[in-house]
Amino acid sequence: MSIQVKNINHVYNKGLPDETAALVDISFEIIDGEFVGIIGHTGSGKSTLLQHLNGLLKPDDGQIIVGDTDITASGASMLEIRRKVGLVFQYPEYQLFEETVAADVAFGPKNLGLTQEEIDDRVRTAIELVGLDYDDIKDKSPFDLSGGQKRRVAIAGVIAMRPEVLILDEPTAGLDPQAHQDVLSMVRKIHEGDTSIIILVSHNMNDIAQLSDRVLVMDEGRMVMNGTPKEVFSRGDELEAMGLDLPDVTCLMRDLRSRGLNVPTDIFTEYEAEQAICKVIKGQEEKA
Amino acid sequence: MNTTENKNIIQINDLVYDYIQDESGTTKRAIDHVSINIERGSFTAVIGQNGSGKSTLAKCMNALLLPTEGTVIVNGYDTKDEDHLWDVRQSAGMVFQNPDNQIVSSIVEDDVAFGPENLGIDPQEIRKRVDSALESVQMGKYKKKAPHMLSGGQKQRIAIAGVVAMKPQCIIFDEPTAMLDPKGRKDILRIIHELHGEGITAILITHFMEEAAQADRIIIMNRGKAVMDGSPREVFRSRSELAALSLDVPLAVELRHALNAKGLDLSEEIVTEEELVEAVCRYR
Repeated sequence: MSIQVKNINHVYNKGLPDETAALVDISFEIIDGEFVGIIGHTGSGKSTLLQHLNGLLKPDDGQIIVGDTDITASGASMLEIRRKVGLVFQYPEYQLFEETVAADVAFGPKNLGLTQEEIDDRVRTAIELVGLDYDDIKDKSPFDLSGGQKRRVAIAGVIAMRPEVLILDEPTAGLDPQAHQDVLSMVRKIHEGDTSIIILVSHNMNDIAQLSDRVLVMDEGRMVMNGTPKEVFSRGDELEAMGLDLPDVTCLMRDLRSRGLNVPTDIFTEYEAEQAICKVIKGQEEKA
Repeated sequence: MNTTENKNIIQINDLVYDYIQDESGTTKRAIDHVSINIERGSFTAVIGQNGSGKSTLAKCMNALLLPTEGTVIVNGYDTKDEDHLWDVRQSAGMVFQNPDNQIVSSIVEDDVAFGPENLGIDPQEIRKRVDSALESVQMGKYKKKAPHMLSGGQKQRIAIAGVVAMKPQCIIFDEPTAMLDPKGRKDILRIIHELHGEGITAILITHFMEEAAQADRIIIMNRGKAVMDGSPREVFRSRSELAALSLDVPLAVELRHALNAKGLDLSEEIVTEEELVEAVCRYR
């Protein structure tokens, strides 16, 4: 499974006074097994791009090929595309609607024409994969759950479709620190499972830096950077000019460096920071 | 007004709040015997996991919820006293998480005027208040725009202006940045600090430890109780207790701890990134 996006453009409200170019000549490729982070400030075109990847929007021109299917071709089967590419929107818990958790998660698979047995199996597996206890939670009303649990149930509903590509739009927004960590470990687990490609959109640069193999940066409808987290976050000045943050550790290292300390600025984890600071201080002690 | 009332804008005395959970009337205790005073002009952050009672506490502070037991006195008015409901709400305004749920009008300035209009204020005075409230959140040039055309951060600023136009002495912010992007979050935080600088008592409920670290005082809620209460320095010093409550500590505290474990001797007072940078640069 791979995704190829070739020169797509999308203009909103074409021909009207408020015509806006939402996507401008976007091209990139995602290979099998990759974890890709997408960043960009609000209005940069991230959400428009995601909606193209599972066929909710069609580009004005250009081509998107998922696996061996051209999803932009006329007559492309939307059901087939949505089965391959699962999209979890922001605040997906607002889309829960069934009376029980199990019924909510089963909603998607039911539309695939599977046997009841197969549906039940998928529901159980999906609920367990998002880190919830199936027997404990299946008959509960989704509305009696905590915010973090609701979100995981909503994600289970998409996973139960067994997509090969999973797109998550701000999956940790508004969660408390514990629920945030739970959702991150869940995403890691899903990536280790059958889902070959994960695309994560987030404003949280710590999460993006630590999870992604590659980071795509959107600005005003254009893709302005495409590289490893180290490559992208080493261009801190450019990111700041676009109104984007850096991972907290990277910020700290930049501050230390601007004060004359010889520390690297392309690191993201506390552990790396600790090592780097120790090294510098020990070095100073030796000089002294 | 006696002297404690003068000093404290909000006095919470042995507060209990029980939610009714289902039809049969079983209750769930959300606030479990909490006593807190909020000093006039202070900046207090309230942190805690989801379900810890933070938001319930906030809603008790402006009479959106009334105590099951105990009392909440706001600016000298008991929140249970219906005759003074509007005095309570005017004294302590509230800004919620989702700006979309707080906007009522289709034009920005009408939205901001909504509160003062309901107070029966003279139209000329309303005009003045609306303009100055919009200026205070740097949204003056958007006053004729439609709120739905604005970004999340801009909408949240309009919601804040609507509260500011009521001229409250205290504003309670219930996770006001949770749904915003980094830029929106920074703007809102700066505005909260500016309002506090102008003398408004600020109460900020948040999941972001870096935001809480900038307050004068942090109260930590857990299972309906106020389990810690002190300056950011005092609270973040108890790193292991915070971990037991499933709460993060700021990066600077975490790193300072890790570095000291490796044999460095950095001050326990370090809480913010600037302090850590300073300490590391001066380290000899």
